[in-house]
Amino acid sequence: MSVPAIAIRKLVKRFADTTVLQDIDLEIPEGKVSCLIGPSGSGKSTLLRCLAFLEEPTSGMITINGEALGFFEDDNGRRERLPANQIRAVRTKTGMVFQQFNLWPHMTALGNVSEALKLVRKVPKAEAEERAMAQLRKVGLENRAGHYPSQLSGGQQQRVAIARALALEPKIMLFDEPTSALDPELTGEVLNVMRDLAAEGMTMVVVTHEIGFAASVGQQISFLDHGRLLFSGPPAEIFAKPRHPRLEQFLDTYLDRGASMLA
Amino acid sequence: MMFDPQVIIEKLPEIGSGLFVTLWLWIAGVLGGVVAGFIVATARRFGGKIVNAVLGTIVEVLRGTPFLIQIFLLYYGGPFVGLMLDPIPCGLIGLTVYSAAYYSEVFRAGYASVPVGHVEAAACLGMTRFQTISRIQVPEMALIVLPPAINLAVILLKESAVLSIITVPELTATVSAIGSQQYAFLEAIFVLAIVYWIIVELTDRLGRMAENRLSRLRFSKA
Repeated sequence: MSVPAIAIRKLVKRFADTTVLQDIDLEIPEGKVSCLIGPSGSGKSTLLRCLAFLEEPTSGMITINGEALGFFEDDNGRRERLPANQIRAVRTKTGMVFQQFNLWPHMTALGNVSEALKLVRKVPKAEAEERAMAQLRKVGLENRAGHYPSQLSGGQQQRVAIARALALEPKIMLFDEPTSALDPELTGEVLNVMRDLAAEGMTMVVVTHEIGFAASVGQQISFLDHGRLLFSGPPAEIFAKPRHPRLEQFLDTYLDRGASMLA
Repeated sequence: MMFDPQVIIEKLPEIGSGLFVTLWLWIAGVLGGVVAGFIVATARRFGGKIVNAVLGTIVEVLRGTPFLIQIFLLYYGGPFVGLMLDPIPCGLIGLTVYSAAYYSEVFRAGYASVPVGHVEAAACLGMTRFQTISRIQVPEMALIVLPPAINLAVILLKESAVLSIITVPELTATVSAIGSQQYAFLEAIFVLAIVYWIIVELTDRLGRMAENRLSRLRFSKA
């Protein structure tokens, strides 16, 4: 069997004495779109932040394309922190997109996208900007290259943020509620860019409240509640016949909301 | 008693040399304070709990005691621990350390003003801490820290008058000496106030120009 894009083994995350994630075991296959759903406080964002090494797991191990992320843990639970340059190298295999975009306000769209190429990959300025321009074209914003984030709409900012994350040509893209900070009218343009990426075969892990997106684009749906992974499987299995009572209840609230909109 | 500007005009060269001492001590103290303050703020932010606590305590002591007393201690107390300093080096060191404590607080606020997410975005792209500080955090905080940094420079200019008590031949010492020699206290004090005020005004102008320029540079349409 081929190496999964991401393998999570017995992952535990605690903040002080609250356990946010409890024994998460999950494999994310290469080239698939994997959606993490669940109510607020279920731990789905924390799980994604662990994959980006923005949170350090309390125990357990994550591998990205077979390489340990941050810590190496042997079968006896002995853990060793990996050197900083190794951590940075593994991190650049993933691209991260945030709910709040987190573009750097003092740089243009082009500057935001080309910065890591110049600094991390040491690509010469002209070539870095050319490659950054290609990414902006991909998200449909080449005509906004010279604009600062404050001059762009939320949807445009998020598309620039996606281009920035793509610039280093990661194997895996991580999305943390990428449309939650956007007006309903602007979510469409961001979801379309994500659909294009999925169609290209990019491995994607998406934390989302867009159940429609999860159902139509997701190939693996994982449901978290109170820090536990309650269910993981193909969308048909989850949405058509949710057998788990907690999942059923969760999906009902979405149906309710849709129904109340029609009324 | 008549207000007699003639006394002052005769002594202009002396006043000029006092002004020169004040200016260079002030500029050196501010520049040294900015550099040291930035290093202290950076060390406090990234150096761990112990470093933060130790530096934090030192900063609190320096901010919590009058500059006059610090200078007294350094100049008159220094010899008891084998630290013999001439007035000018003593004044320079005192001013630099004092301003470093305040500038470190300005930069601490500057670091805090940069959203955590902007730093996380840099980390996710594999940037090193140094790259993140120099390319993301410092440029982002620049516009925020500039007004309080200029304000602090202005306060330090006026604090530098305290150095007259350890016989540094700066502006206040020079002009008050002229005042007592010539029995022209009012004229002397008046001139002092005017000169300090002019420098403060010029500094403020310069600061505002820098602010405008910085904001134009950063957010103009490209």
